[in-house]
Amino acid sequence: MTSSTVSGAAAGSRSHRSRVIGRLAFLGPGLTYLIVFLLIPLGMVLSYTLFRRGRFGGVVYEATGENFTRLLEPLYLDVVVGSLKLAGLATLVALLVGYPTAYLIAQLPRKWKTIALVAIVLPFWTNFLVRIYAWIVLLSGPGLVNSTLVKLGLVDKPLELLYNEGTIVTGLVYSYLPLMVLPLYAAIEKLDPQLREASANLGARPARTFVSVTLPLTLPGIVTGCLFVFVPSFGNFVIPELLGGGRSIMVGNLIRDQFLNARDWPFGATLSLALLAVLIVLLLLQAWSSRRA
Amino acid sequence: MRRPRLLYVPFWVTYVFLYTPIVVLVAMSFNAGKSPYVFAGFSLKWYGELAGNATIREGLVNTLVVAAGSTVLSTVLGTLLAVGLARHTRSRVLDALGVLPAVLPDLVLGIGLLVFYAAVKMTLGLHSVLLAHAVFGMAFVTAVVRTRLTHADTSLEEASRDLGATPLATFFRVTLPQLAPGVAAGALLAFTLSVDEFVIAFFTAAPTTPTLPIVIYSMVRFGVTPEINALATLLLAVSFTVVIVAQRMTRLTESLS
Amino acid sequence: MFRARSPRSLPAAVLVTGLALAVSACGGGSGDTTAADSGATAAAAQLNPNADLTKQSVTVTVWADYTPKELPEKVKEKLKFDLKVTLHDTNEVAMAKLTSGADTGIDVAFVSGQYAQALNEAGLLEPLHPELIPNLANLYPEAKELAYDKGNVFSVPYTWGTTGICYRSDLVKTPPASWNDILNPPADAEKKVTMMTTERWLALPAVKALGYSVNTRSDEELAKVKEKLLAAKPHLLGYDDTTFGDKLKSGEAVMVEAWDGWCPTTEKNIKFVVPKEGSDLWVDTMVILKSSKNKEAAHALINYILSPEIHGWAAENILYKVPNKAAMDQVDAKLKADNTPLQMTPAQLLQGESIIDLGEDSTKFSRLQTEVKAAK
Repeated sequence: MTSSTVSGAAAGSRSHRSRVIGRLAFLGPGLTYLIVFLLIPLGMVLSYTLFRRGRFGGVVYEATGENFTRLLEPLYLDVVVGSLKLAGLATLVALLVGYPTAYLIAQLPRKWKTIALVAIVLPFWTNFLVRIYAWIVLLSGPGLVNSTLVKLGLVDKPLELLYNEGTIVTGLVYSYLPLMVLPLYAAIEKLDPQLREASANLGARPARTFVSVTLPLTLPGIVTGCLFVFVPSFGNFVIPELLGGGRSIMVGNLIRDQFLNARDWPFGATLSLALLAVLIVLLLLQAWSSRRA
Repeated sequence: MRRPRLLYVPFWVTYVFLYTPIVVLVAMSFNAGKSPYVFAGFSLKWYGELAGNATIREGLVNTLVVAAGSTVLSTVLGTLLAVGLARHTRSRVLDALGVLPAVLPDLVLGIGLLVFYAAVKMTLGLHSVLLAHAVFGMAFVTAVVRTRLTHADTSLEEASRDLGATPLATFFRVTLPQLAPGVAAGALLAFTLSVDEFVIAFFTAAPTTPTLPIVIYSMVRFGVTPEINALATLLLAVSFTVVIVAQRMTRLTESLS
Repeated sequence: MFRARSPRSLPAAVLVTGLALAVSACGGGSGDTTAADSGATAAAAQLNPNADLTKQSVTVTVWADYTPKELPEKVKEKLKFDLKVTLHDTNEVAMAKLTSGADTGIDVAFVSGQYAQALNEAGLLEPLHPELIPNLANLYPEAKELAYDKGNVFSVPYTWGTTGICYRSDLVKTPPASWNDILNPPADAEKKVTMMTTERWLALPAVKALGYSVNTRSDEELAKVKEKLLAAKPHLLGYDDTTFGDKLKSGEAVMVEAWDGWCPTTEKNIKFVVPKEGSDLWVDTMVILKSSKNKEAAHALINYILSPEIHGWAAENILYKVPNKAAMDQVDAKLKADNTPLQMTPAQLLQGESIIDLGEDSTKFSRLQTEVKAAK
């Protein structure tokens, strides 16, 4: 921050006062809002981790560590690991599909660029649930994909396309792909084309240029996009239920079940804390990558 | 500029992938029959039923009120915060705090707010959803505006300050006009995310004030009806118009600044 | 379009969380909003039988399409107060809202029996004043013998039924008769069977096949139940509480665990059977919240719903049995003939075991659900 260059005691104190006013005026409202509506609610949920579930639900304020020992049971750890795997896979697929897409969008003529970008966000404006149901109609036994395959004689009987982990990953990629493409686009679009030209002029092959110039420079975009896809995937509970047929569960389902079905708020809070812990590791990764860039 | 041909494959895969289910749901909304697996002829009757459904109308109005209100709130707070973070502090903790709601799982935020509202004895209603949506909306506005600020020319602001303008005057006369396109984009994003938000609304709405995603959720307990598909198609059409208009406006402000 | 800003350092993230925890330490004290373990029902408030109902208004939360669409107009006309109908999609969601301590403004809630019991145990329900509900006389005597609330102290039953097997008679060789047909399906039903996904009903087929009580708390029995459910999992299409009817209609499934009223028996070739090992008895009830400021009107509303006109509507339109003799007697004979579940008598229903809330032990069923669904 560049402060006033005017020297002198009076001007200095005025500049100090205006700096304080500036801080209060600009940072005050937003930070107050975040403390009241984010930090306090979050803190309240997380504080439940220390207490016991009431007999018929609710929280009994008796300190206990049992929620954490329960979290470490293989049953729940397995679900966490399984979710990491599914969310990780969805993130990887989204990156592999999203990167080239964002790369191409960034190179399109200005007019087409806008249209291509809008087309990426547009499905977001219908309802999430309705889009998921459309997938069920597409993939189910008597659905469009299977009936077409049977009609074409490619298969004898409908394939089992729904209700497995592959369908869950498909659903996750579908739902969060735009959140991958947008940050990637932002990062790629900022690149100076001269850098790549210079690399090519120096005799580097396109692949080499990509690995040693483009990729490192777009790393913050990659990490942000991955974070934006991974986080909601990890906490999702609708997709495993509808597209996974309830045959596998993710951390989101566990949390939802604890808060709603089991009415075990303390354990639900403990699972949320675990989710948050994973998130912090990811933020670390992101911080590390953006500092390098 | 050379564009590797191979890249076109994933590019088109992306769009086909994103739009195939959309095509299916739009087609089903014009299906005369009720079964999603048989196309029994073209019909507009589901759109007629939609018009007569008071619960959906009410949900739509609630959603628009929440989205508009939370967008205004998050745009004002987010813009101020972004300027504050970029110009008035170097704290990384505050930087992290500003982006936290954008990456926090919605489930955790929704439940936390429900518990919080209960503790402060706040009556649930549209306002409680609005305040909740502003939390994450603000994070996205802050993020977008901050990006814009890092590209902005600071010499004008310095000149303004050196000439004795207060920080607020500098903000309104110099900084804000420069930020306009970023503010518009951030607001659009906050609005979009609020319209389709389900989990947080689900926990913070009063039963008497459901938003549209909540209404849809209680209606699809027995599967999606063509009526819901008609609704989704209408939403798509309206959003398309809004996006185009917003895009035009953004370009307009961009060319003005 | 947008570029996400990211925090630049880990210490920042850690500090933020630390701050959140610190704040929580202060917030925790004021957060004891959910009353639990308060147990016994408090003494009934004094209600005025001659209260001016026109000064009151009632908000009801209920499942979609569970009461007549024109109920608010009828209530306004007959009882002279405003009725606002709001929707919840599941018992669990309604419970989360009602027990959070938040002021939801709900006067009357429709929830299933064991949830009414839990709400009462949490001290959230108003004991009923039978003198304000003369239409209670319309109920079958059996409707006062329900295990979660004997004598209808804090809840009035609205609909009741049981859980069984809903199946395609044209797509299975032998009609199912036992819970084992779901748990270990014949070859023609392999991967074409669904079971329910919510705790108690997920366990039900195995619990009954093994001859246990639906309200079992025994770890030993639940271990056997788990074993049976895990063995069944590879044969299932999936777990489904909501769209099993659609799956039967499309032929994707041929046999599903279903609540009687949700089995689309009006469709050709779709039949419902209660397995020979027996089943549960579920009841959806109406309760009045202690926090209600319109208790006289709430009683008047429940009384009105118990009239043959409104309660009969429920039987004819949602096709659930209602525990109201006057209402069931006027149900269209043809409708009854077409819908086999409607023909069950109260005596037959009472052979099913009423599900009650197990308090502390209910976490055993949550755990069971997680173990079964998380298994590969």
